Amino acid sequence: MNLSNVNLAKGRSMLDVRGLQKVYEGSGRRVEAVRDLTFTVEAGELVCLVGPSGCGKTTLLKCVGGLLTPTAGEVFLGGERVTGPPPGMAVVFQEYGRSLFPWMRVRENVELPLKQKKLPSARRRELVADALESVGLTDAAGAYPWQLSGGMQQRVAIARALAYEPDVLLMDEPFAAVDAQTRAELEDLVRGLWRQRGITILFVTHDIDEAVYLGERVLILSSSPTVVQEQLKVDLPAERDQLHTRVAPRFAELRTHVYEQIQAAKRGTPVDRVVKDQRLP
Amino acid sequence: MKGGVNGGVRGVLLRVFFVVALPALLVAGWWVASDDSTDVYWPPLRTILTTFPDVWTGDRWRDDVLPSVLRLSAGYACAAVAGVAIGTVIGSYRRVRAVCEPVLEFLRAVPPPVLVPVIMLFAGIGDTMKIAVIASGCVWPILLNTVEGVRAVDSVMSETARSYGITGVARLRHVVLRSASPQIFAGLRQALSIGIILMVISEMFAASNGLGFTIVQFQRGFAIPDMWTGILLLGLLGFVLSVAFRLVERRVLGWYHGLRDVSRRSS
Ligand SMILES: Nc1ncnc2c1ncn2[C@@H]1O[C@H](COP(=O)(O)OP(=O)(O)OP(=O)(O)O)[C@@H](O)[C@H]1O
Ligand SMILES: [Mg+2]
Repeated sequence: MNLSNVNLAKGRSMLDVRGLQKVYEGSGRRVEAVRDLTFTVEAGELVCLVGPSGCGKTTLLKCVGGLLTPTAGEVFLGGERVTGPPPGMAVVFQEYGRSLFPWMRVRENVELPLKQKKLPSARRRELVADALESVGLTDAAGAYPWQLSGGMQQRVAIARALAYEPDVLLMDEPFAAVDAQTRAELEDLVRGLWRQRGITILFVTHDIDEAVYLGERVLILSSSPTVVQEQLKVDLPAERDQLHTRVAPRFAELRTHVYEQIQAAKRGTPVDRVVKDQRLP
Repeated sequence: MKGGVNGGVRGVLLRVFFVVALPALLVAGWWVASDDSTDVYWPPLRTILTTFPDVWTGDRWRDDVLPSVLRLSAGYACAAVAGVAIGTVIGSYRRVRAVCEPVLEFLRAVPPPVLVPVIMLFAGIGDTMKIAVIASGCVWPILLNTVEGVRAVDSVMSETARSYGITGVARLRHVVLRSASPQIFAGLRQALSIGIILMVISEMFAASNGLGFTIVQFQRGFAIPDMWTGILLLGLLGFVLSVAFRLVERRVLGWYHGLRDVSRRSS
């Protein structure tokens, strides 16, 4: 199914993160959110990043998305070094409620980035309609975001990202704040869209099951200061569904493995961290 | 559902009643209390109302009311443009804000009417002076509210905009100003009442026409009922402007009121 990934792995990666470090400094406090991250994501791959809360997942994603300048290390997108938000990348933020513009209707929210791209209006209309249809929100086009439920708002954010036609889609715990039922639907939506459109997706989550269910590969991050604890290939069939995949023996093995790794990561770092903290000014 | 519709119609009637009731009561009270007044300074409302059409003839509207309204509009428009523009710059840059804030607080604390004599020195006694007075008083609430609004732009929204390449003018137009619009409108609203006050005051100092000028002329000429009609007209003007303002605000800030209702209901 994913032969193309294997081929591309030998060539140039879509996303290449090398030695990424990010230290927040300000008001006498120094927080090393991310210590040293190196990984690649191949074109058309769906990679999940799992890590405990506060381990720097959002920080990493913002560095990859060109929204934050790393303290050290580099990010390459399609071979080009990322210094600001690259045009071929879209981000779906953790806080969907604050990411949609409440003064614009759903349609305008989705269309605004396309206007900025200077697409002709016929093409824009087509992309907006198509994206809204993909997420099942054709009827909500004329509504304001605050008139929609949380899950629908997150789908609008996803539609906006899709309409933008990115090469790489970054998603930061997009389903953390929606109920379990909606979450399951949205997970299937993302996987479905990924398979249809062949976008490269980097999906951040703190939910181990979600990571294993969605990903072709799972990157396990340690707790802060963060490094890549392990990379795990998810050898589940490409055709996945909530009912059967989640009870498959292989799924259980994989999630147990990820869980153990995260536990190990938590045990492993505290000592290191105390020493680090004591050096703070 | 049906009860809701009935309630809707009843609700509207009730609202109209509440809006009209108090003014009607006050006017009736004024009418009754002043009806047999023989006090020269306190003429019966009946007299004032019958004088009204005689005083505010077509010529008066053209020669006094229209100039006043035009000066108010010009001054208000200048203040709005300057206030929003400068406020956006100050609100966007922390450095600029640190430098400007103390000065702004000081300038704002100066009561605008005090500026009339000062501005007269520079701008003479013509229309320019009056427009300058109105603008210099109106600009502060607009400017300070714009600064607050621009500063408060949500960090996630601005990162979203950045990540989609919405920068520069587009960001200003679609994100920053829209997000700050509730505060900007609050400032514009305060500025409107200040503007009307300054319009009258500036015309009382040195003028040959205008509402403020006419009212003072009547008072000096002991045409007391005429003076009262002028005051009534000023009140009406303020009322009409405020209603018009509210209509515009409803349109522009419809999203904001809706959003507020939703979050109020859910909390
Ligand atoms: N702007 C900032 N200034 C200073 N410290 C920050 C800033 N943003 C994040 N941090 C710190 O960096 C660390 C990582 O934060 P980050 O938001 O990246 O974590 P996360 O993995 O996304 O967490 P969560 O799962 O809760 O979303 C935290 O300790 C946080 O306190
Ligand atoms: Mg986060």
